[in-house]
Amino acid sequence: MALDKYETHEHDVIVIGAGGAGLRAAIEASGQGAKTALICKSLLGKAHTVMAEGGIAAALGNVWPEDNWKVHFRDTMRGGKLLNNWRMAQLHAQESPDRVKELEAWGALFDRTPDGRILQRDFGGHRYARLAHVGDRTGLEMIRTLQQHAVHKGIDVFMECTITRLLKDGERVAGAFGYWRESGRLVVFKAKAVVLATGGIGKIWKFTSNSWEYTGDGVTLALDGGAHLIDMECYQFHPTGMVWPPSVRGILVTEGVRGDGGTLKNALGERFMFKYVPEFFRAETADTEEEADRWYTDKKNNRRTPDLLPRDEVARAINTEVKAGRGSPHGGVFLDIASRRDAKYIQRRLPSMYHQFKELADVDITKESMEVGPTAHYMNGGVRVDADTAVTAVPGLFAAGEIAGGLHGANRLGGNSLSDLLVFGRRAGLYAAEYAKNFKGTPAADAGQVQALARACLEPFERTGGENPYAIHQDLQECMQSLVGIIRTEGELKKALEEIATLRERCRRIKIDGNRQYNPSWHLALDLHSLLTVSHAVTLAALERKESRGGHTRDDYPKTDPELGKVNVVVRKVRDELTVSREPISPMPDELKKLLEGDK
Amino acid sequence: MPDAIMRVWRGDATGGAFREYRVPTDEGMVVLDVIHKIQATQANDLAVRWNCKAGKCGSCSAEVNGRPRLMCMTRMNLFPAGEPITVAPMKTFPLIRDLVTDVSSNFSVAKTIPAFKPGRAEADGAFRMMQEDIDRGQEFHKCIECFLCQNVCHVIRDHPENMPMFAGPRFFVRLAALEMHPMDTDSRAEYLRLKAGLGFCNITKCCTEVCPEHIKITDNAIIPLKERVVSEYYDPVVWLVRKLTGK
Repeated sequence: MALDKYETHEHDVIVIGAGGAGLRAAIEASGQGAKTALICKSLLGKAHTVMAEGGIAAALGNVWPEDNWKVHFRDTMRGGKLLNNWRMAQLHAQESPDRVKELEAWGALFDRTPDGRILQRDFGGHRYARLAHVGDRTGLEMIRTLQQHAVHKGIDVFMECTITRLLKDGERVAGAFGYWRESGRLVVFKAKAVVLATGGIGKIWKFTSNSWEYTGDGVTLALDGGAHLIDMECYQFHPTGMVWPPSVRGILVTEGVRGDGGTLKNALGERFMFKYVPEFFRAETADTEEEADRWYTDKKNNRRTPDLLPRDEVARAINTEVKAGRGSPHGGVFLDIASRRDAKYIQRRLPSMYHQFKELADVDITKESMEVGPTAHYMNGGVRVDADTAVTAVPGLFAAGEIAGGLHGANRLGGNSLSDLLVFGRRAGLYAAEYAKNFKGTPAADAGQVQALARACLEPFERTGGENPYAIHQDLQECMQSLVGIIRTEGELKKALEEIATLRERCRRIKIDGNRQYNPSWHLALDLHSLLTVSHAVTLAALERKESRGGHTRDDYPKTDPELGKVNVVVRKVRDELTVSREPISPMPDELKKLLEGDK
Repeated sequence: MPDAIMRVWRGDATGGAFREYRVPTDEGMVVLDVIHKIQATQANDLAVRWNCKAGKCGSCSAEVNGRPRLMCMTRMNLFPAGEPITVAPMKTFPLIRDLVTDVSSNFSVAKTIPAFKPGRAEADGAFRMMQEDIDRGQEFHKCIECFLCQNVCHVIRDHPENMPMFAGPRFFVRLAALEMHPMDTDSRAEYLRLKAGLGFCNITKCCTEVCPEHIKITDNAIIPLKERVVSEYYDPVVWLVRKLTGK
């Protein structure tokens, strides 16, 4: 059989992606007795989770005993403009405290309260200080803890291995096909169940906090494999990325700066966020600077500072200030913690930020303001999954972490990502292992399928034509940045669709020089399929949602439309074409609805 | 700004050479930006590992003008304008291609380290640990696994044959973090002495000098570990007590 030509591995469960969700899924699947593989594009421990800064949201109630899962649920739903999958939001709020304690039991060292418990910090949209953290390098602590726990669990780890397509056996998933980055050799993974944990799509934009890996591979694998996407238009632009110097534009500045007392100012020195408090959050937001400043230490008698409104609100406000000519010299606004907290406190709480600005921008954040502006950051939507089991529309295919849509609705609260990875990573691993256990027979992908994939993989070496994959990627980023950015209009979105189609044509003329050994131009040429597919999906979804909600802002439909709050925008691939539709969200049970009412 | 003159190592395990590239630069650029520019415009297949471009993931380690550094945190204005800058792969690890080396030996060592073995948590499922008791551990947990300390350590840089019996500074930091974790109940003294080759280190502090996270590897991790091994195995009083009690 032709399949024998390729290096082949067989597992019960393969997990694609080794960030927080992938590692947690692999640990769980392996713990359930499934023979488990973990496959990642980079070296183990380098995934995007490592860059997470501020913390893990979990209602531990260590700092504010008033906190509990119900408040966390409410905050998450309101932050997501009620577009969230309520069941995911419920499970997430209920289970995240246990997942944090579990990390501690596996060796993580979180910052402590004076009585020796896990300290929690303030973040946007969270009613109470809720984020378990380690200074401003929480993601590193999390990924290293999971990684070190995983290496003793008998998981087979395949590093620097890129998956280009899922294998199918009829309707169900049968494994995955890919290549080793180091050698360029092709490889087949046969599996009963597959967990996608590949993160997001931030590399379709020019100014992004995301690393090279975030090319939307997993989203495209899912779409090509028959799964559905929801709410791709609701992409999160983080309000505070670095804006200067040009080469570092987009690098993240943690929300923890504001959580720890920093405030946003325009060129006139105004704390402008007070002007941008939407009706939806007015009752719970301070309307004077004095009240906002008191809130940090007295949450009972004061309302939250508008500097810590959810990210979509803050990003839009910054965008407006800059457009109105009140921006900083390099097209951002000022983020000032220097005048508000002493140098020692800043260096202890925000060591990475201190280091990052000092080394990359010659700015001492204990003495001067930072210049910040919005940067592409997080995919709120993603692959549609069942809330409890993380299974997609494809039998045997699961998804968890940033790649999965639903939990965050139209806008994610800071800190809810790391907890998402743990809660749903575990669930995906658990149910994938269970599916594999109950699986009858052996999954079989036909040899023709694999041969076609191999041909497609190697085609860029054989073509003629002078297109350079780096140039195409750069043009795509320019297109998405200018036409499908924070503020959108129908005309620009339609223009983007045309440009994406042209770029896809150009891709057919990419010719790769050199050989298959660690050749990044070949890798990028293959990634472009994913980059273009997710760009297309985001743009289609953005055209479909004719309202402004969360991360999706339409200049031509600036208001929120209550009717559209009842639907997900769904993207599917049908006979090689992307289709878009609106589908109703299942109604929330009354006991959860009650939690949203009142100021509780 | 004058063009940067970059001498970048190109080649694989069978051989190679430095190739010169002239690259226009912008304000604030780091070495990794310039490498990316070469890749996009002059040498599409130039192999380089990188991820976060913010000094947090430790992927883009290389030797810039002979000094081990993260390329993403090395500003171009560190070097005199117009003078050639050499960029070479880490020397200690086997070369894969161009600036990419085979660092898998590190992942093999990681597997052999005895895991965290916690004591019992409180009734609420959480530990009680005081901040001052975990400060040192948190310093060690800052490690981003860039492996620059491994690269510069002469025990393996000059003697690759030592690699199988020497864990190296990165893993001494890891072992120190475990040994000093307030909730850990295991002892790794035997592992340190017999498997990790702690005795090979003669505390020249090269590792500490190159650590981009400024972890005081030698003073805070290696020396206390050496003291631990000494008191466990070579303390004459302990030795005598053991001899007499037969324990």
